[in-house]
Amino acid sequence: MSKFLTVMMHTYRSKIKSKPFIISTLITILLLFVVTNMNQITKMFNGDEVSHVGVIDKTGETFTALQTHLKQAGDELEAKEVTKSEKDAEKLVRTGEYDGLLILDKDAAGIVTGTYKAEDVTKQDLITDLEMALQQIKNKAAAESIGLNQEQLAAIYLPVSFNKESLSTTAKSEEEAAQVYILVYVLLFFMYMSVMMYGSMIAVEVATEKSSRVMEILISSVSPVKQMFGKIFGIVLIALTQLAVIIAGGYAAVKLNGQLSGKNESIIQELKLNEIPVSLVVYALLFFVLGFFLYATLFAMIGSLISRVEEVNNIMTPVVIVIVAAFMIAMYGRENPESGFVAAASYFPLFTPMLMLLRVGMLSLPVWEVALGIGVLVGAILLFAVIGARVYRGGVLMYGNAPSLKLFKQAMLLSKQEKKDSTGI
Amino acid sequence: MLTINEVRKKFGVFTAVDGLNLEIPSGEIFGLLGANGAGKTTTFRMILGLLTPTEGSITWNGKEISYETSDVVGYLPEERGLYPKLTVREQLIYLGQLRGMSRSLIQEQTENWLKRFGADEYLNKKVESLSKGNQQKIQFIAAVIHRPELLILDEPFSGLDPVNVELLKNAVHELKKEGTTIVFSSHRMEHVEELCEHLCIMHKGRSVVQGNLKDIKRSFGKKNVSVKADFDLSYLKDTNGVVKHRLTADGIILQVEREEAANELFLAIQSKGFVRKFELEEPSLNDIFIEKVGVVHE
Repeated sequence: MSKFLTVMMHTYRSKIKSKPFIISTLITILLLFVVTNMNQITKMFNGDEVSHVGVIDKTGETFTALQTHLKQAGDELEAKEVTKSEKDAEKLVRTGEYDGLLILDKDAAGIVTGTYKAEDVTKQDLITDLEMALQQIKNKAAAESIGLNQEQLAAIYLPVSFNKESLSTTAKSEEEAAQVYILVYVLLFFMYMSVMMYGSMIAVEVATEKSSRVMEILISSVSPVKQMFGKIFGIVLIALTQLAVIIAGGYAAVKLNGQLSGKNESIIQELKLNEIPVSLVVYALLFFVLGFFLYATLFAMIGSLISRVEEVNNIMTPVVIVIVAAFMIAMYGRENPESGFVAAASYFPLFTPMLMLLRVGMLSLPVWEVALGIGVLVGAILLFAVIGARVYRGGVLMYGNAPSLKLFKQAMLLSKQEKKDSTGI
Repeated sequence: MLTINEVRKKFGVFTAVDGLNLEIPSGEIFGLLGANGAGKTTTFRMILGLLTPTEGSITWNGKEISYETSDVVGYLPEERGLYPKLTVREQLIYLGQLRGMSRSLIQEQTENWLKRFGADEYLNKKVESLSKGNQQKIQFIAAVIHRPELLILDEPFSGLDPVNVELLKNAVHELKKEGTTIVFSSHRMEHVEELCEHLCIMHKGRSVVQGNLKDIKRSFGKKNVSVKADFDLSYLKDTNGVVKHRLTADGIILQVEREEAANELFLAIQSKGFVRKFELEEPSLNDIFIEKVGVVHE
């Protein structure tokens, strides 16, 4: 057991000090800060940029109403009445004193109309604001002209109450489904990132030891199984460390955002993440951990089959494709969680972590189905570990040749009759 | 005592080691000789338990070598390898711990060994920045730092300059004195002659010669006559009883079937002029090796 710890701590220590690890962690935290504080950052750049619009009110009565409506919409737009002629006012726009010129008039039926003139008419935000304000003025005027009062007008625009209720016992409410989707999304993202980062880390670790030929000394001191799992647990420790640092960074970023925007409500509350049922979070963690081990053993096995670090990338591709496939099925499963195809796919070990979680969250699955899913996953991990350890044992003694099925068989053959007692932890 | 009993190792249809029998007493230095592909490394890997023999058994003091006994075994593989990015210290600590040593003991031993090899200044250097010879010293230290009872050295001297070979040889001698059983392989015969009392020459997985170095030489029968003179000596090769000859820069070395043939050679040069050297030598291991491996089995 102590040698297992030695391998684990060695892996942990050598990785935690590595530059790529430190840099990638810092970049992730920086990104977190940027994303959570996006609103503040954009404000910083266009903070005091208020658009000034000149208004020529030919109706003589609309401007005051327009100004009131614009104020309600926000303070990024400032309207000012211009008493000059249209020609002179256009000159002011050209010189840059005004961003645009709005001419208010009435058509033959007496309904208010607007014409907007500016150097460039691509500022969609500004134009929409003006149009909306004018629309409201028109609506009000039209309503008044047919004798509707304010309450009647409001009644017309009141949105209809429309509720959805599922009759199926396995379905979950709309809101729950949305939360689950966020969680599945997050899990998929983490899965993908972890496999890309830590999976390749494991494969690179093993491949480095092989290519530097230090492997032969190692396997003469420690059994390959201890070595393989020592390495995997070392990387798990790395992953946990990184995750803790990132979560701490993310928490700080959210706090900072709260302070800057002066709001009490954090992003977590906004997204209602605190309302996700605890059982679902537990399932998410469980499937993540199991999924991690599954892919980790897969990568350790793959790493032992190659002899050069450069080959790691080639061998990553098929695994990435599998994860992307799981992602696609999860997308489809979101729309059709009851689909038989998704159900069947969720028992394929490499897909189980993502798809079973999706189903647990979206449907009220019977316990045995979840248990079966976990069982399949654990079984697959054990199987991969046994095969992985064998291939590892045989593979580390073989050099040359690009990885292939033939190589895999050779490695299996080489370790086939090896002693059973020496492969146990 | 290391006992190798009727060991056979097959890889598919290829037989790497074929019916090998060896007994290596404790505290001995034992040489395993053979050309490339003779089965030396496979034998070592089987001794270490990295490979399992197809047939036969290997025991160390009556027990099979497994991961339970790995703390008393040291191994220097033929393919040299260390972690390029680790410092010498980190490296030896990790490898030492894997052999069940404590950190403090490793530190102490590392300092001793580095001093002995005149390499103290490399303690905190990364391995990749070291010369090949120094890397090899570090690897040797990694193999012996835990004071193994059984030490296996696969081509320990290859790629070293004479000064470093001498350093390593002395270290090997000292380990032997302390009671370590050492098995090593080499294709440099002079190293084997110098270090081992017992040896085995392997060829295509089989043992062709085995036993005590002196006995092997004696039973070989053939001897060498080395002659140096001021005149041309090449005519001597046609003398009766001469099996082989080799011209050197200032003389000739003749292999003779029996000692009596040396007599005839002596008579043949007696009256020809000034003779600087005339010597009857024991056959070198090299001669025996070439004869056993190159001729008999070709």
